[in-house]
Order: sequence, then structure tokens, then C-alpha cells
Amino acid sequence: MSKFKKKQDGGVPAINTASLPDIVFMLLFFFMVATVMRDSTLKIENKLPSASEVEKLEKKNLVMYIYVGKPSKNYKKQYGTEARIQLNDKFAEVTDIAAFIAAERADKREEERPFLITSLKVDKKANMGIVGDIKQELRKVNALKINYASIRNMSN
Amino acid sequence: MAKRAAPEVNAGSMADIAFLLLIFFLVTTTMEKDWGINRKLPPMEDSQEDVIIKQKNIFTVLLNGKDQLQVEDELMQVKDLRAAAVEFLDNGGGTNADGEKCNYCKGKRNPKSSDHPDKAIISLKNERQTSYGFYISVQNELVGAYNVLRNRRALEIGPQKGFRGMDFLEMQKNSKPSSTWIGNKKKLKELISQIKLEYPMKLSEVQ
Repeated sequence: MSKFKKKQDGGVPAINTASLPDIVFMLLFFFMVATVMRDSTLKIENKLPSASEVEKLEKKNLVMYIYVGKPSKNYKKQYGTEARIQLNDKFAEVTDIAAFIAAERADKREEERPFLITSLKVDKKANMGIVGDIKQELRKVNALKINYASIRNMSN
Repeated sequence: MAKRAAPEVNAGSMADIAFLLLIFFLVTTTMEKDWGINRKLPPMEDSQEDVIIKQKNIFTVLLNGKDQLQVEDELMQVKDLRAAAVEFLDNGGGTNADGEKCNYCKGKRNPKSSDHPDKAIISLKNERQTSYGFYISVQNELVGAYNVLRNRRALEIGPQKGFRGMDFLEMQKNSKPSSTWIGNKKKLKELISQIKLEYPMKLSEVQ
């Protein structure tokens, strides 16, 4: 009788999958942390222009978004084909911006308010008329820090 | 009766549950990259006081409704704008408000162009029909012109202050509280504001 038994060759031994849940959980936690739920569904076309001299927006919770662009397919009948403003989930007029900024400001803590930035996410095909109106409106409510959202493009 | 051991819970389906959640988050994740050009709007002022600025200190950039660019009364391509703006800002043909000459300018010192970076103003005007994409590309070139000059200046005076081989944008990145750069951030911030003073961004938009 030999001490070392020859292995019986009964096919390939099964791989131990006990650590599989751990691996999956690790991935799961990564994506849970990295996920940013979009807080508004876009009802407009929003293709941003590209630029090279861009800066990163640091504090996400201190950013107010104003979207501008042509209404997307489903809304064309109702809202026409001219570029429109979208605030949160709704189409809005230029005159609604003041109220929107006031509401956003009221949401934030007092010490954070001076650092609020308005990010203008404007479709590159929109014309400057509407953007000029928005800027004028922002000046009226003293929201002077703005950011023209654009896609980073180092080549140009 | 003997005490029975609690039956073991079958953990075989744990992986399936975790996978389900994982796939959900994979699908909903949008790695948002929020980049953009930061600008500051001028505050609303009630008193409209007219400041007299010499014509030679103003660099007029006009965008018309057909997405054409006119710089100082001449048509120009967007790709040439940055160089033209750098030449104007860096001219240093005269003195600033305190009567000092620009000793760091490397321009042609043309008396017909801007006096001092401190006085040089870029005036941007657009029409309502100008497309936003075009406006941003022009805005990008003008901000780029300032960055070119500031970067150059940073590489020049950085080594004296102990910040070798860092251009202006890198300095700004390193001075942020969130950066992992090790060094004297306070001193770096002072240097940044000095460079900003030497090449102030005076980009005015005409309504």
C-alpha cells in the first residue's frame, strides 16, 4: 500500500466559487458609489460644444444646471422647433430663471450660497440670442458665476 | 430531545442576487464628466459711468449671425484668433495706470497697439443669430490666449519661487485643496494671484 494514492482521474475538479459573491459585491459597491443618478430627464437635444481650455466642476452639489436646446422628437409638436430652456424636469421661459435660482439657493446652506455656480448646458446649434437672455436674467439675480459646459477636447 | 443545530442557510444564490444589483447599477451609471469654461458675469450696475478707454487698448471681436469672425475690422479664421489676441495682450507699447512699463512683455511694443496687459481689453460682441458652438470656440481661443501668456510667465518666474517646471494651469490644479500635490500651497497661491495680476483677464462682452 503506497502512502501517496494516485489521484483518480474523474474529470476536471470543480472550481471553488465561494469567493464569487465577494468579487461581485466589490464591483457592486464600486458602481453604487460611482453612480450619479441623473436628476432630470432631458426633454431637449443637448449636444455640447467642445473646447480645450476647460476646467473641471469641482463640487457637484453646488452646481445649478440650465439646459437649452431644441425640443426632442416627442415634444416637437407641442413646443415647436426653436431652442427652449429646461429647468429641472420642465420646459421654462426666460422669466422663470429668477425663481429657479431663488429656489436652488434656498435649498443650500447659507455658507454654501456664495459658491454656487450656474452651469449652462447649451446645445451647440442653439443661437446666442437665448443665451444672452439667460445671462441677462442671471445678472439680475446676481448669480454671476457661470460655466459654459463643454466637452473636453485637447486636440484643438 | 436533543437540541438541533440551526440548519445552514444556502448561500448559493447570493451571487445571483449580487449580480442582479450589479447589473442594475452598471446600467444606470453615467460617469458624468462636467467640464466647462468658467466665466464671471459683470454685476448689474445702476450707475452707468462711461470710462474713456483709448481705442488702441481695445481688441474688438465681432461674431455675426452667419458665424463669421471679425477682429479689429478684418475677417479672421478662428484658428488665427489665439495668436492675434496674444500679440495684442503682450504688446506692452506703453505704460500702465501707475506709469510703469511692462517689463515682462515680449511683444513688439508697437505704440499703435495696447499699452500694457493691465489696460488691454478684449471686447466680444455677438449677434442673436450667432450659434452657440461658434461662440464657445471663440471664447475658448480667447481664454486660451490668456492661458498661453500666463503659462509662459509661470514657467519664467516659477523657478525663482521654487516651483520649477510647472505651468500656470498645473499650478492652479496643484493649489486646489483636493489635490495631492505636496508643497507649499499658500506660497503657490500667492504666485498664482501675482501672475493673474500681471495678465488680468479683461474680457468684456457687449450686450
